[in-house]
Amino acid sequence: MKKLLFLASLGLFALSGCATTPSMPDMSKPIKRYADFNVYEKTLSNGLKVIVKEDRRAPVMVSQVWYKVGSSSEHSGVTGVSHVLEHMMFKGTEKLAPNEFSKIIAENGGRENAFTGRDYTAYFQQMEKRRLPVSFELEADRMRNIIFLEEEFKKEIQVVMEERRMRTEDNPQSLTYEQFSAAAYVNSPYHAPVIGWMNDLENMNINDLKKWYDAWYRPNNATVVVAGDVQADEVFALAEEHFGPLKAAPLPEIKPRKEIQQRGLRRLTVKAPAQVPYMLMGYQAASLGDSNEDWEPYALEVLVGILDGGISARLETSLVREQQVAASIGSGYDAFTPGRELFMFSGTPSQGRTVDDLEQAVRDQIKTIQSELVSDIELDRVKAQVVAGKVYEKDSIFYQAMSIGRLETSNMSWKLADQYINNINNVTKEQIQAVAKKYLIDDNLTVAVLDPQPLDSSKPRARSVGGRHGG
Amino acid sequence: MVRFLFVLLIFVSFTAQSGEKIQHWVTDNGVRVYFYPAPELPMMDLRIVFDAGAARDGDKKGVALMTNGMLAEGAGEWDSGEIAARFDGVGAVFSNSSHRDMSVLSLRSLTDEKLLNTALTTFTTVLTNPTFPEDAFERERKRLLVGLERQKQSPDAISDKVFYSALYGDHPYASETTGEIETVQAMTIADLKAFYQQYFVAKNAVIALVGALDREQAEKLVNDVVADLSIGSIAEAIPEVSKLDKADKIEIAFPSSQSHIMVGQPGIKRGDADYFPLYVGNHVLGGSGMVSKLFDEIREKRGLAYSSYSYFIPMRQQGPFLLGLQTKNESADAALKVLHDVVADFVKNGPSEKDLIAAKKNLVGGFALRIASNKSMVENLASIGFYNQPLDYLETFISNVEAVTLAQVKDAFQRRVNPDKLVTVIVGDTSKAQAKAE
Repeated sequence: MKKLLFLASLGLFALSGCATTPSMPDMSKPIKRYADFNVYEKTLSNGLKVIVKEDRRAPVMVSQVWYKVGSSSEHSGVTGVSHVLEHMMFKGTEKLAPNEFSKIIAENGGRENAFTGRDYTAYFQQMEKRRLPVSFELEADRMRNIIFLEEEFKKEIQVVMEERRMRTEDNPQSLTYEQFSAAAYVNSPYHAPVIGWMNDLENMNINDLKKWYDAWYRPNNATVVVAGDVQADEVFALAEEHFGPLKAAPLPEIKPRKEIQQRGLRRLTVKAPAQVPYMLMGYQAASLGDSNEDWEPYALEVLVGILDGGISARLETSLVREQQVAASIGSGYDAFTPGRELFMFSGTPSQGRTVDDLEQAVRDQIKTIQSELVSDIELDRVKAQVVAGKVYEKDSIFYQAMSIGRLETSNMSWKLADQYINNINNVTKEQIQAVAKKYLIDDNLTVAVLDPQPLDSSKPRARSVGGRHGG
Repeated sequence: MVRFLFVLLIFVSFTAQSGEKIQHWVTDNGVRVYFYPAPELPMMDLRIVFDAGAARDGDKKGVALMTNGMLAEGAGEWDSGEIAARFDGVGAVFSNSSHRDMSVLSLRSLTDEKLLNTALTTFTTVLTNPTFPEDAFERERKRLLVGLERQKQSPDAISDKVFYSALYGDHPYASETTGEIETVQAMTIADLKAFYQQYFVAKNAVIALVGALDREQAEKLVNDVVADLSIGSIAEAIPEVSKLDKADKIEIAFPSSQSHIMVGQPGIKRGDADYFPLYVGNHVLGGSGMVSKLFDEIREKRGLAYSSYSYFIPMRQQGPFLLGLQTKNESADAALKVLHDVVADFVKNGPSEKDLIAAKKNLVGGFALRIASNKSMVENLASIGFYNQPLDYLETFISNVEAVTLAQVKDAFQRRVNPDKLVTVIVGDTSKAQAKAE
């Protein structure tokens, strides 16, 4: 299942539920232990949730801090502010000079980074297991003590614009995806790209960053996840020591901005310098956060497996190998989205075939799913892959922590991940057909096509100049 | 400033994961095997590497990639769909990749006996009895041609191609694994079969295996997989790479908002005597992500780029030493000047004592992360085997890093990197840079 294809753009809708004002004398709760999974959780009195997954295979650990804020918390005019703030989190606190955070982690043998999605901003350090206190001390410091230096901001906003040029402006497929999302989502904040529109980045100022930080970077809006060769009680004690003194505060109210009902097929064309056409199709579909029937998202997960779960799945078999209409084709869907999710197809036609041919071939596949039940062999294959995938995931403590952090930050329990196999196993052929009939219909569909424009307005030319440049 | 807790280095034993050591043996037909038991999870990772990368393409550029790619398109009695269904049906993950030095086939499977048997039987047939069917060949050729077209729209892909070509000239490392449109169009199945017969042979292969298996199981598994590989012979040596005799600067006009800049020259071989001084030194220069000199000068101090880096890519022969960044066209000249100045200064003066200590702390303290998963272990094993590194390569990694001195780094950089003979490739709308300069 090519979920990763869409991961960069994934993000989750902040439900109004998470924005209720916490009225807390004491939110502290006892430690809960889930022995089957080696997972322990505790909420500190300031509302910070700490989850520990013990895994003793190697003497290492990963520590992640997840904030419930992302591009879906933003409004027009300041798109991208969550991501710019992520960059500024490395640019100095009351105790640390700009970039000193990274130097300390590096000297401790750590690997670190941060990432921003539609509904989360997360920071992580991977280190030898005894370095956890270093991570906690630094993360607790920057949760409340960032200083926003104008000269640092001025440079960093340039860096983010370079990032946007690299990821989006000069990448015709990303450009197509960005405009596709803006058409597929009208009023939902999923409309805007996580990195923000260029014009918003150009007009962002340091006060936008300060306001955002003050509003969202609070212990009661964060989840700390530690996975690896650690003792849960020691982690809780360390968390209390470092994060415990931080003060909770009421969080901003976010309106639901639930996506309007789509009323018919939407089509768009994106012109950009390119060589190869590209097509995106997205159907608005239920997710675990936006469904009246809990089984539906799982049926959609199995459906994406039937279509694209491995080289023997239908899209690869039929569109690439048999009909040879696609040079590449993928399908993607993520059940664990709190808002309206898109069931996606994306692909490139093979030589001599067009994006229209490709769209028709995808539609034919959908029609087949809607009219004929999938086979036992296909269903068994998807289930076998899910079972095996759960074992393979355990090879990475980073992935395990990420899975916990993402679910918790999306207002779902990490336990959903462990019930996943059961929920997938319960999906029937009839349910797969039912969700295909209900969601994969024209009224829910947006189609975007990349229309390649010449790359050589003035013929590509190569010039070779002897001698070193610039002195 | 608060003193942040600094945990003193504790000795991280390589055997930390499961108290095991790398085991090595050679099969009857000559495959070198590297095995590491990892009993914790009911899974195994198998990786077989042939000295059959694009460096073996000769005139038929792309033939190594196509040969590798065609193995799972038909084998024994099965067509591509049946092969895929056999892997997918037991939750196994088969993958393949082709590089300049290596051709790689990988299998990840659960160790449940029935599932593993199906996965292994399929893998073995793909490896030892591929049929290279005509229809699949034509289809894969077309897909590769679309891939080659797509490279033309990527400034990164263009700069990479131009960079390697400028660095390596007539040497086999000059060409991309994906070949050229003309050579891919001219390729025949006979070319693939000949390539397979020459290079996909036991003496030209290394197997890495990590998983919940004991030695006896591992030996049997490997024997079953490679028994039908013909013995063959080891591929002949790849020629030495000659040094660049002058600097060169190549500009490619491309309608992008950023200029993609790559700078470099031929670097070092695997097992090079200067490897550790250069590796540790480069960690200071541009290899350590957010704390390197290049990152500091280009991004932290000037906000010129999102990423800027330098790497040695040691290969069978001298792989590249390369530096790179992407910046808006208008800043290309400024960024390039900073990059050149940083390299020149580093070669002339070497790192500071403080920077060298910090780099060593990062490498030593972070060593445990390099061996923490089965995935990383199987990659380490395959690399150790393929490049004939000593079996204690991982065990001695920390002491080798710690032994590097300031003088060694400076000396190695001065002998191995010549800032006056660097190739510079710029892909972007260079007219904007020039307009600004005028």
